[in-house]
Amino acid sequence: MPGSVALVATTTLSMHARALHSLVVKKVVMAITGLLLIGFLLMHMFGNLKVFIGPEAYNHYAEWLKQDILYPILPHGWFIWIFRAVIAVSLVLHIYCATKLWQASLRGRGAHDNKKYTKVRRPQQTIAAKVMRWGGLTLLLLLIFHILMFTTQTITFGNFKAGATPYDMFTASFEHWYVWAIYVLFMAAVSLHVRHGFYSAFTTLGANVGPQARVFLNGLAYFAAALIFVGFMLPPTAVLFGLGVS
Amino acid sequence: MKITLRIWRQADREAVGGLQTYQLDNVSEDMSFLELLDMLNEQLTAQDLEPVAFDNDCREGICGMCGVVVNGAPHGRYDSSVPTTTCQLHMRSFQDGAVIDVEPWKAGPFPIIKDLVVDRSAFDHIIQAGGYISVNTGAAPEAHSTPAPKRQADRAFDNATCVGCGACVAACPNGSAMLFTAAKVTHLAMLPQGQPERMRRIKAMVAAHDEAGFGGCTNIGECASVCPKQIPLASIGQLNRDLIASLFKGDGK
Repeated sequence: MPGSVALVATTTLSMHARALHSLVVKKVVMAITGLLLIGFLLMHMFGNLKVFIGPEAYNHYAEWLKQDILYPILPHGWFIWIFRAVIAVSLVLHIYCATKLWQASLRGRGAHDNKKYTKVRRPQQTIAAKVMRWGGLTLLLLLIFHILMFTTQTITFGNFKAGATPYDMFTASFEHWYVWAIYVLFMAAVSLHVRHGFYSAFTTLGANVGPQARVFLNGLAYFAAALIFVGFMLPPTAVLFGLGVS
Repeated sequence: MKITLRIWRQADREAVGGLQTYQLDNVSEDMSFLELLDMLNEQLTAQDLEPVAFDNDCREGICGMCGVVVNGAPHGRYDSSVPTTTCQLHMRSFQDGAVIDVEPWKAGPFPIIKDLVVDRSAFDHIIQAGGYISVNTGAAPEAHSTPAPKRQADRAFDNATCVGCGACVAACPNGSAMLFTAAKVTHLAMLPQGQPERMRRIKAMVAAHDEAGFGGCTNIGECASVCPKQIPLASIGQLNRDLIASLFKGDGK
């Protein structure tokens, strides 16, 4: 018919902009920021293990972190703030995208229309994948607690005054079984999150090219999760049981 | 065989649905699952009751029309190594006296029309956005004039076998249609004829996927494990790589 036009619903955004706002891009942002955060965790973990070398090495390391990294390229004490900013921005982006994806999931599986299977079997879903979102929230709360405890020293356990050395603060805190127990919970949440997150991040970035690649990435994820759990729990456990650190 | 069916009955889109129980005797183990539903419907009709509405067409696993969640698994496959659609599922897979739950695909973008029938138009909207190639009509060109590498051609074919049944969405904890979209994207991305529109296509189809109301993929793999055509999870990796690459191209700006 001459002069007729197809009636198509159009949005004001260009195709490119719509793709840029897609869930896949949010996943990619989550993958990149998540891997950055895992990198930070590994660095943090290796630093903590210095506690086994002795108070002097540990305190010196803490001092170096806050004052001397990249000096003289950066003035004293600048690096830590740049580092904190990068971590904070990563965390905010990670949480923002997670929220958007969570909302899309609820909509996708019809939670708003009360669609729910009477019976559902999901053989592929690991426990780690199942608890990713609520686990992530738990993780966030424990992270806030962790910062209040060791960074701002708002919540303290044991006999140390503000301004005590990092080593004294560490040993005084983990002499209490309940502080240790909170950190077991914290690290379990972190490890479960890393277990699925590590695999998922690489898969989202396109590294899952076949069944063998999937097995390999899952293996790596288990390794990273185990490394983080053991590496972080070694120093507090040694303090609690008086093994070489006190 | 004696079979107890618990089937989701829902009068229309807005009605509140629920499971209803039916007993069937003298079920042959050679019946397909759809023939079991036929048998039930004959009995319901004879009793002057409303038969159960369900989608079906070819009954040989190639059309993609049928599909229900059987005992919590789309197409009833669960951990069987044999990929099947619901029409290819046979009663010999069940024990005598089994109680079988039958539900429709449940996902936000798939409204239930009646009983076990869902509206899968959302898939059509994803295809309309880019699941095609644009060529001028006329005499078909000589096939050998466009060589296609064997490995890519095989991947294209494997992904082209997707029948669009929707089991991937039904199985997904996020109600995501990424496996479906990825199959269509990978199919065309592997062929020479798909190259000119490749970057525009990926942007358009991913955007249409989200706008249809599907969720995001969390790489769990439930979709690939229930797919009757064995579309691999790696196809979603191809979609991700193509989308990331496309963001650095001007197509669709």
